[in-house]
Amino acid sequence: MFPRGFEHRQNGALVKENPRVISRIAQPIKGLAQRFVYVGLILAAFALMMLGKVDAVLVERARTVVTDTVAPILDAVSKPVASASKFARRVEALWAMYEENEALRQDNARLFQWQAVARQLESENNSLRSLLNFTTRADIAFISGRVIADTGGAFAHSLLLNAGSRDGIQKGQAVVTGEGLVGRITGVGSRSSRILLISDLNSRIPVIIEPGRVRAVLAGDNTDTPRLIHLPPGSILSQGDLVITSGHGGAFPVGLAVGVVSVVSENGAKVQPYVARDRLELVRAIDFGLAGILRAEPIEERPVAVPPATLPEQPSTTSTTDSLPAPPLTDSAPE
Amino acid sequence: MKPTFSQRLDTYTRNSLPVFVTLLLVLINVLPLHIPGLSRIVPILPLMAVYQWAVYRPNLMPPLAVFFIGLMFDVLSGTPLGVNAVVFLTVYGVVIYQQRFFTAKSFLVVWFGFGVVAMGASILSWILVSILSASIVEPRAAVFQYLLNFGCFPLLAWIFLRWQNAMAKTE
Repeated sequence: MFPRGFEHRQNGALVKENPRVISRIAQPIKGLAQRFVYVGLILAAFALMMLGKVDAVLVERARTVVTDTVAPILDAVSKPVASASKFARRVEALWAMYEENEALRQDNARLFQWQAVARQLESENNSLRSLLNFTTRADIAFISGRVIADTGGAFAHSLLLNAGSRDGIQKGQAVVTGEGLVGRITGVGSRSSRILLISDLNSRIPVIIEPGRVRAVLAGDNTDTPRLIHLPPGSILSQGDLVITSGHGGAFPVGLAVGVVSVVSENGAKVQPYVARDRLELVRAIDFGLAGILRAEPIEERPVAVPPATLPEQPSTTSTTDSLPAPPLTDSAPE
Repeated sequence: MKPTFSQRLDTYTRNSLPVFVTLLLVLINVLPLHIPGLSRIVPILPLMAVYQWAVYRPNLMPPLAVFFIGLMFDVLSGTPLGVNAVVFLTVYGVVIYQQRFFTAKSFLVVWFGFGVVAMGASILSWILVSILSASIVEPRAAVFQYLLNFGCFPLLAWIFLRWQNAMAKTE
């Protein structure tokens, strides 16, 4: 910063000042400036936190821009990682091939019985539908994408997907695998998007618990097993009960498999999701043809629970009694 | 002698490499590794890098870079924006402030120092996330993440130390 061998005239004589003296004076000033920068940066970070609370949309947009920029890099790098882990799994599978074969054979026999049951139910369903003049939605489309980043953290549960608005991804779409529900889209860039997992602290999903069609909201709490909240008083759950999406609130299709009730205790119930986050590679977003139905305010604040007395009698296709402003996604029969 | 353009470019590249490598670690940190249970407690590599460079070569890791590294980590990992920026800057500030504690100490002391600082970082991010989400966040995953941070530090630090030693030799 200062020229070496700083010279000036003192009492007419040329004095060559020691550069050390200069640095002794300059050091505290430099230190002060650096401290100023440091404190300024800390304040800026706090300001960003506040901004995120006040104007979530703006921050989300900024986040999307950055994510979109790095998405190609992540996309490229995550591919070899995925194939390496796939290879490792294949080697691992070789060891256990015999046992696995046996287990699969037994599974197969059991599934054949299930297939028969399913066929029978399907025909029964079809005949009942034709009796009611019931029409199913046909305009559901799937958009497939690859998981390019798992946020890896104790405090946020989200994934990045290598598909964005140019592929037809929209905010609020449900994301599934063959096993069940993964989460929903919360941020969309042009070539990437963010999936909020059902286990995230901010995730709220209206669900129905079978059998008994008990309604509740599945709330993530940053553990692997989300909680059930807003359970109607007096509802009876037991371990192993099936949890599916209810479609209330309008954002999700009805009947997506979510998981099974794993723990029932006095302070609530927990759900073991079908989808294991760590094995996710290819996922599908469900384009339900209802753009932008997801509102900014969280769904949990709406009363979703209905009086328990009316629950068992209520057929799923007409369960529109709660005060949700959006139309239910269930297809009601023409009146 | 005035350094030539290519010499200056060389020094510039060499001096900005630590920051770039740390940014790269941010990307590596979010890669899906497909290992069951790991994604929630995966060690925070950029935190280790920031600490390590602050201890040995703070001039190559300016506060502004630390801020951006933290911000980048927030953006990609989905934590509320600013949380990791504050955490990384705090870690950096504490190390710089306690510089005398670290100078010419054995690696074990530096490791121990990381243990203390990283615990503070975990607690700080837990508090910040809890405040921002207005609820008590499940701390168990954070505890395991801290343990992994502590355990993995020597691995990354060893690589960086070799680099820093090589740097010292060329100077």
